[in-house]
Amino acid sequence: MTPAGSASAIRAEVTGISAPRRFLRAILPALSLALVLAGVAWMNPRAMSYFGINLMLNLGIPVALATMAQMFVITVNELDLSIGTFVSFVASVGATWLHDTPWLGTLVLLGAVGVYALLGAIIYLRNVPSIVVTLGMLFVWQGLAILVLPRPGGKAPAWVHDIMNFRTPYVPFPIVAAILIGVLVHLGLMRTSYGAILRGSGGNPLAIGRAGWSLLKTKVVMFGLAGVFGVFAGLALIGLTTSADANIGKGYTLLSIAGVILGGGEFVGGRVSPIGAVIGALTLTLAGTLLNFMRISPDWQVGAEGAILIVVLAARAVINRTGR
Amino acid sequence: MSETPPNIVYLNGVEKSFGAVRALAGVDFAVGIGECVGLVGHNGAGKSTLMHILAGTLTPETGEITVGTESPKNYAVHLAHRLGIRCVFQELSLCPNLTVAENARVLHSAIAGWGWRSKAARLIRAKLDEIFPGHGIGPDAVAGDLPIGKRQMIEVARAFTVTEEPLRLVILDEPTSSLDSHRASQLLAHVRRVVATGAGCVLISHLLGEVLEYSDRIVVMRDGKVVTTDRAASFDREKLVLAMGAAKVGRDELPLVRDSIASNGGTSDEREVVPTGRRGTTPVRVRARPANQTDGVELLAHEGEIVGLAGLSGHGQTALLLEIFRAAERSRFALLTRRNAGVKVTDPVALIAGDRQNDGIFPLWSISENIGVRSLAALRNRLLISYDREKSFAERWQGRIKIRTPDLGNNILSLSGGNQQKALFARALGSEAKILLMDDPMRGVDVATKLEVYELIRAEAAAGRTFLWYTTEMEELNNCDHVYVFRNGRIVADLHRGELSEERVIQSSFEEATQV
Repeated sequence: MTPAGSASAIRAEVTGISAPRRFLRAILPALSLALVLAGVAWMNPRAMSYFGINLMLNLGIPVALATMAQMFVITVNELDLSIGTFVSFVASVGATWLHDTPWLGTLVLLGAVGVYALLGAIIYLRNVPSIVVTLGMLFVWQGLAILVLPRPGGKAPAWVHDIMNFRTPYVPFPIVAAILIGVLVHLGLMRTSYGAILRGSGGNPLAIGRAGWSLLKTKVVMFGLAGVFGVFAGLALIGLTTSADANIGKGYTLLSIAGVILGGGEFVGGRVSPIGAVIGALTLTLAGTLLNFMRISPDWQVGAEGAILIVVLAARAVINRTGR
Repeated sequence: MSETPPNIVYLNGVEKSFGAVRALAGVDFAVGIGECVGLVGHNGAGKSTLMHILAGTLTPETGEITVGTESPKNYAVHLAHRLGIRCVFQELSLCPNLTVAENARVLHSAIAGWGWRSKAARLIRAKLDEIFPGHGIGPDAVAGDLPIGKRQMIEVARAFTVTEEPLRLVILDEPTSSLDSHRASQLLAHVRRVVATGAGCVLISHLLGEVLEYSDRIVVMRDGKVVTTDRAASFDREKLVLAMGAAKVGRDELPLVRDSIASNGGTSDEREVVPTGRRGTTPVRVRARPANQTDGVELLAHEGEIVGLAGLSGHGQTALLLEIFRAAERSRFALLTRRNAGVKVTDPVALIAGDRQNDGIFPLWSISENIGVRSLAALRNRLLISYDREKSFAERWQGRIKIRTPDLGNNILSLSGGNQQKALFARALGSEAKILLMDDPMRGVDVATKLEVYELIRAEAAAGRTFLWYTTEMEELNNCDHVYVFRNGRIVADLHRGELSEERVIQSSFEEATQV
């Protein structure tokens, strides 16, 4: 109907990429993980043991869960800037109320998921940018986390600790957990019939609405799921650290966004990949270890992680361009 | 009209307005069982609005909708679906990130549970095989990766798939716009087969040959009303073109508009006398060939001319305007000048957007900031913007173009739509630009404002400015010295002011029947 629409339709005809390029793009995240892993093995062969991998990758599990949360939001063309402080809040509640009075802790965490779902509804109904809403929530969760846990401490509930320190035979637990997360979300989002609607509402909301589906519901479901996985991330984190701190999830917002993009997702258009995103999260976690092994000072590490991101995205852009 | 078959749908007295524009002014519309209704009309006739109402994506202000024997109160999309009404909209509505099979599932809530993917794949593949044999589309292909023709085939085939809900009426709004003639005839033959089983169909197309050949009955709309309806056999091309354009109301309005301009604008008398003769006497400002143009035809605009771009909306007019705009931008950077050989522009350009809310105004800024933004270089005091200059600049234009506001410091959104558009005109006219590109800027603007702006445009043209005016409103073409009619991204007619008539424009906008 709009002239812009017809122009983009013409352009879309040109941007279609061929099957081999698509395959190359799909394995790019796995390729970058393999590269980082090879780097680690080369720098320090002893790290590639059951115990070593456990140690290197276990902090990747909460990052992977937070990345899943972020991915749900990105699927419907939004962005969650508050996931990091939300993880802090969950960790603080987990190490205090959930430990001391489990029913209260459970109730608070369920309520927090409800707040997330409500944010989705507000963003849809009031048509406000999610960046603004979640930027506000960033400070709300941060404040609540400090209120709950003014100074570092608390204690993770025993069952959380036990799950995160489960010793799987042969294959280290973080790998099993990562596969489990990736496959479960993949099945839910990529293979179920409603998952297609959820992704479609990121690709062409108008078409989904015209087919009679509720766009309010898709937003609420996706933000609700983000809340659920945010809770999982916070609990997984204190399961590893055994205690919490109100700033524990600080880096998670950017890590989760980077993980989604590194894993082949795009900011708009409902194009995401759950398995890719898990791999992206693990790559970012391992990259830190690799840089440690390479004796790169922590001052430079953030920059080096950024460099990895740029290299992978540049590779993707090159693949897209040559595919035309 | 002696024996009417029982109706699938019946719309009675439907009215719908968008702001000041009355899109539908009391329309009665029916589709009978086993009937294919062709719906034709020029821009703004109300075809698409009517179909959106039928599909439940728009709610009419008054009027009732009867589907079969039911006349539901809260008619909306999902109810329309349940009652078996499908719609292929003019703009493609597939999800580009989903596969073909997943896109088929979007339309059917019944496809769910175990094995839904193969169910959806079978469904869409079978329908594609049935309508377009040898289509070469795999159900696992991602829709966005396919060329536009294949996407249209998928979308059309999808509309004909049946699961739990019945298929009673299919609305096809320009279904063949991206199909070649072979695929188009396959589709239309399928439409006839489906209609033979008792379903109904509404066919909207700018290819009059298609409509004449494949419809049982043709409904002609104009200005939000149904003007004629009769058996398809009783129409031919000439009669359809005549019916679309020559409604009495329109005829009477045309001279009215021109008269009021002639009497107000002092310079227009002279232009009335020498309409075509002035071509070529002044230097050429714009020379542009559309990307799709294969013959040598190009658009020319001389100094002091008002050049109209006509034709059905979305047929390449806006694209060409944007191309000219970009060419002007590029020529400011010498290195990149030779990027587009088809477009040459000699002077600075300003664009007046048609989609005011998205492309025109800065919603958080004041009126004077919105007017001054195109002329910031002139409003500077050394390095900074001078508020005094910006204010006096805006005030000067408020006086010339009569923007009705108590204070130019108010937010732009405090203005009515028509006055917002005036502010956009002030922004462009106030700039140093010698060439003004207008992308159907009068959409949804009231008549009084329009007349004021027409007058201003004529005065500015007389002062030597060049206007390229894409418009979907026939009356506005009467302000132009020269009109180019567009179809499928090409210039198909090149009319002097003396040759300009509504029939000529409609005749050129709708393709010859030989295409099918």
